[in-house]
Amino acid sequence: MTETPRISLDGVSYTYEEAPSPALSQATAAIREGEFVAVLGHNGSGKSTLAKLLNALYIPTEGTVLVCGYNTKEEKYTWEIRRRAGMIFQNPDNQIVATVVKEDVAFGLENLGVPTVDMIPRIESALATVRMSKFADTAPHMLSGGQKQRVAIAGILAMEPSVIIADEATAMLDPSGRQEVLDTLLALNKNKNITVVWITHFMEEAAKADRVIVVSDGSIVEDGTPGEVFEKTDRMRELHLDVPHMTALAEELRSEGMPLPGGILTVEDMVREVEKIICPSKSAT
Amino acid sequence: MSIEVRHLTHTYSEGSALSAVALDDVSFSIQDGEFIGLIGHTGSGKSTLVQHLNGLLKPTSGQILIDGEDLNGEKVDRRALRRRIGLVFQYPEYQLFEETVAKDIAFGPKNQGLSAGEIDARVRYAMDCVHLDYEKYAEKSPFELSGGQMRRVAIAGVLAMKPSTLILDEPTAGLDPRGRDRILSMLEDLHRKENTTVIMVSHSMDDMARLATRLIVMANGKIVASGTPREIFSQREMMTSIGLGIPDAARLCGALREKGYDLPADLYRPEELKQHLLRLWKEAGKC
Ligand SMILES: Nc1ncnc2c1ncn2[C@@H]1O[C@H](COP(=O)(O)OP(=O)(O)OP(=O)(O)O)[C@@H](O)[C@H]1O
Ligand SMILES: Nc1ncnc2c1ncn2[C@@H]1O[C@H](COP(=O)(O)OP(=O)(O)OP(=O)(O)O)[C@@H](O)[C@H]1O
Ligand SMILES: [Mg+2]
Ligand SMILES: [Mg+2]
Repeated sequence: MTETPRISLDGVSYTYEEAPSPALSQATAAIREGEFVAVLGHNGSGKSTLAKLLNALYIPTEGTVLVCGYNTKEEKYTWEIRRRAGMIFQNPDNQIVATVVKEDVAFGLENLGVPTVDMIPRIESALATVRMSKFADTAPHMLSGGQKQRVAIAGILAMEPSVIIADEATAMLDPSGRQEVLDTLLALNKNKNITVVWITHFMEEAAKADRVIVVSDGSIVEDGTPGEVFEKTDRMRELHLDVPHMTALAEELRSEGMPLPGGILTVEDMVREVEKIICPSKSAT
Repeated sequence: MSIEVRHLTHTYSEGSALSAVALDDVSFSIQDGEFIGLIGHTGSGKSTLVQHLNGLLKPTSGQILIDGEDLNGEKVDRRALRRRIGLVFQYPEYQLFEETVAKDIAFGPKNQGLSAGEIDARVRYAMDCVHLDYEKYAEKSPFELSGGQMRRVAIAGVLAMKPSTLILDEPTAGLDPRGRDRILSMLEDLHRKENTTVIMVSHSMDDMARLATRLIVMANGKIVASGTPREIFSQREMMTSIGLGIPDAARLCGALREKGYDLPADLYRPEELKQHLLRLWKEAGKC
């Protein structure tokens, strides 16, 4: 049985008006239902352009984008696409529309035609998830950078889309906020089979994805599991990226002769592997 | 220059139903040539604080003294002061407004009354600092750039004025890892070689571990701790309880110590961990 992918890109190129060269060229990829895909790439590599193509904000200059089976080129499907594929923008100010936080979260639901009685619990639960309940009646322009970003995330969570495209959604959050938002998305992915496209410059976040796609100068240049992609330290650095801190430390230790295996991505991985080769000292408490 | 903040309180929309205390009796001082890391949870007051340091926001009460002079005093030339204290905003879009990247970066130096030749030299210097290719980007519109490219332009615009104090609000957010490393090294150079005072706001504990000579930690509009990165990052519980974390190397150190490994409590740099792990491995032999 061949399952239709949630998102499919077939030879997709996009050139901005008057730009000398395409921002994205000949991109081909398929993302299955329930995948959590991290997208990495240098500044200006084409990640946000790609995200906007997935949401029918941009129509490919060449090639075809299908989202949940709908062709983004056909205007009659734009709405069908946007209700299924929710996008969290790089700058929350491009997303926030209302003058009160809870109305901003309601905006997407109104567009979906959700009855008012059902809206309230959804808004409350989305704001609680991002810990912004006490700001429900605040004006968005009176929020800090990270607070705005949380509201933008709540707006998308409330819509319960089947695909979430997050363009550097955690860039302005504090460490625990970043962890919470990523954990929320990972849980939605795992428990509700929501497909996630997670654009980020944090290698540690990408390490938690099922799959990592790397974009460079408008082309998809790597596509594999985090273990596979981050094994190529030199290649990643050549692409202006990096590997997770623990992967880099493991490599340094290996080069000094310590017999650590490949595939170490997190602090937990590192602790587990160190325990296999070094005994805790008896004297230590 | 030295900066002294005395009992600074800031209340947004004072007197209205929406009034919010963003800074609550904050006092500290910064010496010439320090590299300060300002950290704190979302909404803790960092952006509000740094906007006071170059006079963009006015205190509800309290004072800011620059080299002993009240920043909001009547005699102070605040425009001149803003050239000496450069501020890069948290969202760079709000800082960009000219038609081209080169014009945008030239704006500050032009206001400083520099010659055309010097302005051009400053623009090239600043673009080089943030690794934006002059030939490729100088004539582009800043609004037709990617997020990370815009941030680089905003940083360049401030560097071009060669301020003696540089304040950056989340300068590495949205930068790719290489861009982040290069811009951090550039800041390190400005600090070491030109004795520039740097105040950097960041949520990246790993960046802070690398650069800051002192960390100031904020929570709920107050300063809750101040000290060297080593002092602050060894207080793992305090840091997590206020929504911050510690660098991965410090986390690894803590996790291994809990398992009984003989490691000092205050390691936070990957290089230190590497040396200690090699030592343990050589001493302990096989399990
Ligand atoms: N509105 C626009 N008009 C013209 N060119 C643009 C526009 N937006 C982006 N570009 C260009 O297209 C290329 C890809 O930009 P894009 O925003 O997709 O990059 P990105 O990978 O998201 O980068 P970042 O990590 O900095 O966010 C860049 O070279 C950029 O300068
Ligand atoms: N223009 C404003 N009007 C009213 N309240 C504001 C305004 N700007 C910020 N606040 C409030 O003041 C507090 C401090 O905000 P500030 O922007 O200084 O935080 P921050 O530490 O920079 O946070 P972040 O890490 O999210 O950028 C927050 O509770 C915020 O809601
Ligand atoms: Mg982008
Ligand atoms: Mg801020």
